[in-house]
Amino acid sequence: MIIEKTKLAFQNMFPTPESELSVSEEVTEEAEKTETDKKAKPEKTPRLDGVIECDYAVHGYHLDVQVDAEQLLVAVNVVDQEEFFIESITGVDWIKEGQIEIVYDFSRYDFDTCRVVIRTRVDRKNPVVPTITGIYAGANWHERETHDFFGIKFDGHPHLIPLLLPEDADFHPLLKDFKA
Amino acid sequence: MSLTLLNVIIAVVIAIAFAALNAAYLVWAERRGAARIQRRPGPNINGPFGLLQPPLDGIKLMAKQLIIPGGVDKILFIAAPVLAMFPAIMSFVTIPFSDTIVAQNMDVGVLMIFAFASMGGMSLLFAGWSSRNKYAMMSSIRAVSQAVAYEIPMLITTITVVMIAGSMNLTEIVQQQSASILHWNIFPLLGNSHNLLMPFSFLIFFICTLAETNRAPFDLGEAESELVAGFHTEYGSMGFGLFFMGEYANIVIGSCMTTILFLGGWSCPFGLFPGVWWFLLKLYLLIATFIWIRWTFPRTTIYGLLNLSWKILIPLSLFNLLFTAGLIKVF
Amino acid sequence: MSSPIQLQPDETFVLNVGPQHPATHGVLRVKMEMHGEYIVNSETVIGYIHRMHEKMGENKTYPQFLMNLSRMDYLGALGYSHGHVLVVEKASGIEVPKRAEYIRAIMVELNRISSHLFWFGAFVMDLGGFSPLMYALQDREHILDMLEAVTGSRLTYCYFRFGGLYNDIDDDFIDAARRFIPRMRKSLIKYEKLVTGNIIFRKRLEGNAFLSKETCRKYGASSAVARGSGINFDVRKNEPYSVYPEFDFDVPVYHECDSLARYMVRMDEIEQSLRIIEQGLDKLPDGPIMPAKKPKLIKPPAGDYYQAVETARGSFGVRLVSDGTKTPYRLKLRSPTFSNMHLFDETCRGMMIMDALAFMGSLDLVIPEIDR
Repeated sequence: MIIEKTKLAFQNMFPTPESELSVSEEVTEEAEKTETDKKAKPEKTPRLDGVIECDYAVHGYHLDVQVDAEQLLVAVNVVDQEEFFIESITGVDWIKEGQIEIVYDFSRYDFDTCRVVIRTRVDRKNPVVPTITGIYAGANWHERETHDFFGIKFDGHPHLIPLLLPEDADFHPLLKDFKA
Repeated sequence: MSLTLLNVIIAVVIAIAFAALNAAYLVWAERRGAARIQRRPGPNINGPFGLLQPPLDGIKLMAKQLIIPGGVDKILFIAAPVLAMFPAIMSFVTIPFSDTIVAQNMDVGVLMIFAFASMGGMSLLFAGWSSRNKYAMMSSIRAVSQAVAYEIPMLITTITVVMIAGSMNLTEIVQQQSASILHWNIFPLLGNSHNLLMPFSFLIFFICTLAETNRAPFDLGEAESELVAGFHTEYGSMGFGLFFMGEYANIVIGSCMTTILFLGGWSCPFGLFPGVWWFLLKLYLLIATFIWIRWTFPRTTIYGLLNLSWKILIPLSLFNLLFTAGLIKVF
Repeated sequence: MSSPIQLQPDETFVLNVGPQHPATHGVLRVKMEMHGEYIVNSETVIGYIHRMHEKMGENKTYPQFLMNLSRMDYLGALGYSHGHVLVVEKASGIEVPKRAEYIRAIMVELNRISSHLFWFGAFVMDLGGFSPLMYALQDREHILDMLEAVTGSRLTYCYFRFGGLYNDIDDDFIDAARRFIPRMRKSLIKYEKLVTGNIIFRKRLEGNAFLSKETCRKYGASSAVARGSGINFDVRKNEPYSVYPEFDFDVPVYHECDSLARYMVRMDEIEQSLRIIEQGLDKLPDGPIMPAKKPKLIKPPAGDYYQAVETARGSFGVRLVSDGTKTPYRLKLRSPTFSNMHLFDETCRGMMIMDALAFMGSLDLVIPEIDR
């Protein structure tokens, strides 16, 4: 099964204590709902890097991977190796924590269904992540769009100019403190 | 001398009137035909069957301002639409509609018509070149390469007919076919046509006419889904109107030539009541075919078009020419 | 066709296709660097009708945002609404009655047919054939009439509600739909004869714009663009949602990777949609169209939810990040044409402009859906 395979590949990315953490979370799969509640009060339990296997029926994806910005390319390489296609890239502005989350969605063409979400959090003041256009050429527009909306700088992007916004746009409308 | 001059002037006036009237009402016929093919009514409001539509369109076009964009080559820009209409009208002078209705019967009628026809490409080139518009430029380059490519097989095919008839006089070519339907040049081996391949000649000639008049599926000069409106992108008002009428006048000339060279001109299929009505009947049937083809086929590509000419039509027509020459020599 | 010519930098010129151009079907601009008729390089410029639906989603309550979805893709609007209502229902745990699910599937498939019909006409028009558009529009008209009678609008439907539907279908609709199916099948045969078999049409599309599986994967292509490249991917089959597992239908896949394959996939999909509608009408259960108990105020529990659906244009995804309030914290709309269009720049290099525009037509673009 591709889910286990991918999960194992992801777990190899993280040092042992964190893979233990992800195993423990897998055990408490019944407590899935309460686990997601931590988003509501994230200042108490910020999520650590690692892999979580999610309930597909609830969330609509199988694997939820949180990585550091430095590890992003490694994680994307993992999904690329397993022949996932890129679905989308987007961001979420967690203004209370002073962080921006960049969310990468990947899925598969075959019937071995597995949706993977890779997230990384960066500082809201200086949001920089490496570009993945070298791995997925189709990430180009998605990254430009995310740059438009959140002001995230994709380091190494070949053509990071506004895509959907006007070419002279210096605002980022999806930031929570954006006022039109 | 003065009488001849008067004759010529009257002939030219009639030719212009005929060409303009045909062009205007062919637009109407085309729109009605297209509507019929597409299961919709078409222009039917102005006058009975929408017959007042063409003059009203003409008035609208003439009432519009003639815009000359900045930076264009003014002389060529104005000359181009005139040049689109003028050769077509001049060609009418020598076309025999019946044995009596012909403005100026020339011994080199075929030559003259093709000489004027090849000026059509010039008008497209001028229009595209002078418009200072990239789409127009690309279109005019396409149109010229197309005109060059298709004039060659067209002329070679015409030469076979001229060889069979032994004359370049259009009236004489028709008179040789006038005995019955079996003597028409399109049908092989009977009457005066020595050539088994004559139906193919007709086909080549017809395809070339389609291409020469920039009609679908060979309307690459206009190609509005690629080149917006092609060479007349920058033209409005009557400049556009002249291009439009020129196109239809060229269709009429092309169909006239097909009728004369292959379908026996004004002669009746059964030898009865030959006259101008037979000529017009054949002419308009051919034009209807043009319209039918246009609204049925999608457009070819420019390389498909040129390949068809250089790789298929020209070798075929050359072979046809040699074959005909051999047959004439043997029999 | 690839350009065999070695180019000097001063031998090219830039051709601006759009924002107003007959082939772009909307306000799309493609900056093409041309060498004669060959495209050396191209850069697609989008965003001319960007409306920032995602920000609107954050500012409106869940029901208020319903109508925005149909403004994304004006040709296949119901598929997009479907994705949105599904993700909100999944997040807040609303049970949808069986009848409502069936009617949703029927409506979405009808809408898919109408969208494919319009694309068919417009695509052939891109290739210079005008008449098929009129035929396709007449068939589409029947669908729009049916949808209008039930949903109240012809183009920008706001028909789905969280938990069900706005309006039940009546016998008139069922009769009309039953009459429509054989008529559409007859039309498909006609299109086959009129267009698919046409030699010029086939010559233009065969081998036009080769898209490998790998390219599709790297760009995340879906719909007929992926299926024309031999990828058996249809969200309805791969990740079954709603009542689609209960229908018996096939996913047409062609392995030629050219524009003709993409065309054939869409034409075959019309037939498959007809099959779904037929079965849906046969199996249509009785019952309510709204759930008996439904929260007054939609407030999904905090969390991250994703739902993909197969719309007429491909795999449409909605990511909903909720913080437990009555407006979404973040609503991401993943539009399929965005990814499909992105392919264009890379693929059209070295093609002639007419082939590139035929390829663009085969992508089935709806610009408001790219720009959102």
